Amino acid sequence: MAASVEELPLAKALNAGLRAAMATDDRVLLMGEDIGTLGGVFRVTEGLQDEFGKKRVLDTPLAESGIVGTAIGLAMRGYRPVCEIQFDGFIFPAFDQITSQLAKMTNRTSGAVHMPVVIRVPYGGHIGAVEHHQESPEAYFAHTAGLRVVSPSTPNDAYWMIQEAIRSDDPVMFFEPKSRYWPKGPVDFTSSAAPLHATRVVRTGTDVTLLAHGAMVSTLLQAAQVAADEGVSVEVLDLRSLSPIDFGPIISSVEKTGRLIVCQEAPGFVSVGSEIAATVAERAFFSLQSPVLRVSGFDTPYPASKIETFYLPDADRVLDAIDRSLAY
Amino acid sequence: MAERTPAVQFLSIDGKFAPNEAAEQYLPYLADLTASDHQQFYRDMAITRRFDEECTNLQRQGQMGLWPPSHGQEAAQVGSARAARPQDVLFPTYREHAAALVRGVDILDIVSVMRGASLGGWNPNDPKNGNFRNYTLVIGSQTLHATGYAMGVAFDGAVGTGDPEIDTAVMVYFGDGSTSQGDVSESFVFAASNQTPQVFFLQNNHWAISVPVSTQSRIPLYLRAQGFGIPSVQIDGNDVLASYAASKRHLDEARSGEGPAMIEALTYRIGAHTTSDDPTRYQTPEQLAYWVARDPIIRFESYLRSQGAPEQFFADTVAEANDFAADLRHRTLALEAPSLASMFDNVYAEPHALTTDQLAWLDAYELSLREGV
Ligand SMILES: Cc1ncc(C[n+]2csc(CCOP(=O)(O)OP(=O)(O)O)c2C)c(N)n1
Repeated sequence: MAASVEELPLAKALNAGLRAAMATDDRVLLMGEDIGTLGGVFRVTEGLQDEFGKKRVLDTPLAESGIVGTAIGLAMRGYRPVCEIQFDGFIFPAFDQITSQLAKMTNRTSGAVHMPVVIRVPYGGHIGAVEHHQESPEAYFAHTAGLRVVSPSTPNDAYWMIQEAIRSDDPVMFFEPKSRYWPKGPVDFTSSAAPLHATRVVRTGTDVTLLAHGAMVSTLLQAAQVAADEGVSVEVLDLRSLSPIDFGPIISSVEKTGRLIVCQEAPGFVSVGSEIAATVAERAFFSLQSPVLRVSGFDTPYPASKIETFYLPDADRVLDAIDRSLAY
Repeated sequence: MAERTPAVQFLSIDGKFAPNEAAEQYLPYLADLTASDHQQFYRDMAITRRFDEECTNLQRQGQMGLWPPSHGQEAAQVGSARAARPQDVLFPTYREHAAALVRGVDILDIVSVMRGASLGGWNPNDPKNGNFRNYTLVIGSQTLHATGYAMGVAFDGAVGTGDPEIDTAVMVYFGDGSTSQGDVSESFVFAASNQTPQVFFLQNNHWAISVPVSTQSRIPLYLRAQGFGIPSVQIDGNDVLASYAASKRHLDEARSGEGPAMIEALTYRIGAHTTSDDPTRYQTPEQLAYWVARDPIIRFESYLRSQGAPEQFFADTVAEANDFAADLRHRTLALEAPSLASMFDNVYAEPHALTTDQLAWLDAYELSLREGV
């Protein structure tokens, strides 16, 4: 048994979470491109094929629609497949199977057929990669009824959330912030993190609320520290779940601070941030002292990586938004 | 194009038992069939033809949004579905009404889908539905589900045990148009790679709505599977015995662990793609006449008569089919719209705040309208 708290990178925490889920339930299967012998291009599944065998860790043919489509069939047979999509930008060949089949199966069968399928998607920028390797496509899936969409930002959440996602009888899109795969953080193996769909307060403050998911959470914490040095008290929320969204803590925080800035790497137009801004305007209008602001990637294709730092929101852009919010 | 063997055929178009050369190796698979099995095949086909016609009428009378007829394809469907064992699992498109009937699905559940009273219709996990999965409207999608399911069957060890009660095969239906979909090619790849216990059953009815099969493929479609390493055969799909024998053989082989196979059944959609279609815009009268002369039911009736089936049997079947259709009509008219809650129920298996909140809102809104608040 591992020590109860260990410092691990997020990728290794996921690996441990997958191992625990596979050991608990022999209907859990992993499937994807290069996940067996190689252990995945990010090594998230390293060692699992040796441990659980080739029938439980499948190196599939190179076809994303095929991976998700066959996972649906396996789920019909009683398995709990966990699919790895190698990179964010390569999920679209599977888009039809995810949105038209996986997402709708439970509803169209009046609940007779459940789809306990997890789709793991390494996503987001900051890794200097070529086209199609740094995107943030989560809004497409949050928009689709029938899917749950989550994204851990810390190793501890990664370890626990992957296990909860696998236990869910619904399809879960599991977005892994790939720029956070390597930094280490504490993983507490004994007591579980917040529930899968809970928004969490990661820093308390009184003047303005910052909200993000995935890799942006660490950017917000940097910005909050700089702001604190300048005398501004910032509250930081980690969204963790994009469908459903746990609005309770968001509304409570806005009631306290009166100001909300929603941050994301994804393009801002018709995004998760847009949805949160609209809902907060509906539910907390009289608490707001300034408009909800969005700090997002631009509405362009993800740029060539030499200029990605101008595309991705950084702490300075967040600080600029804090200034704009406080100026009202 | 290269010479190729003709499609497997046992019954000549005038209903004589005259197996061609390609059929010879399939002869043993007919050995167990009795006269009463033959009569069952006939009844399956005749009842389907009759309720299918009734459904077209019901649609014309405004009782259904759409009906996709199976007219002309009954032999392909009945032969294949009758060859499957009870534990086998069948994945249909949206046109396999005869196969649904054979497996025990209440045809009213199909009507309910086409009427807009239900999305999926029936519970595929309920034993009474004979492991007949739900219809799939996105062309080709179900081929991947079938392959995944068959992978699961193999992982469960329900293949090649030699126990006829355990060994299981999967059969997936698909159309000639669907063969152009990437999902169908991907399912061939996954099936070949995993050597799934699976039969791909293609009904080449020569049309994808108005587009002829020549637009989908310049080679006979059964040859395409061979490019993926999947053995395949072309059969006369309007010969119920050919459909039965080929399906029986390849299902048996799949169950015993010999991997996937593909059957191309040459058939024809006699009439419209669906009730929204006008086939006179693209089918020639000559082509239609050619296929009407190859009607699978008439052909099999001639065969049964030549085998001494009594007149009474045919009269009884007509009466049975009429009763079936009348009962279906009666029950169709009584079908009610689903509850509003059913829109929100089962979007997720476990509660989800968005749908829970929206259902509560809709209930309150509807109540306020009724109360005139
Ligand atoms: C992905 C997709 N594209 C288009 C359609 C519309 N559509 C419905 S049936 C059909 C033709 C299908 O032809 P085929 O696969 O030969 O089957 P058949 O209807 O002849 O049985 C088309 C284009 C669809 N249902 N799904």
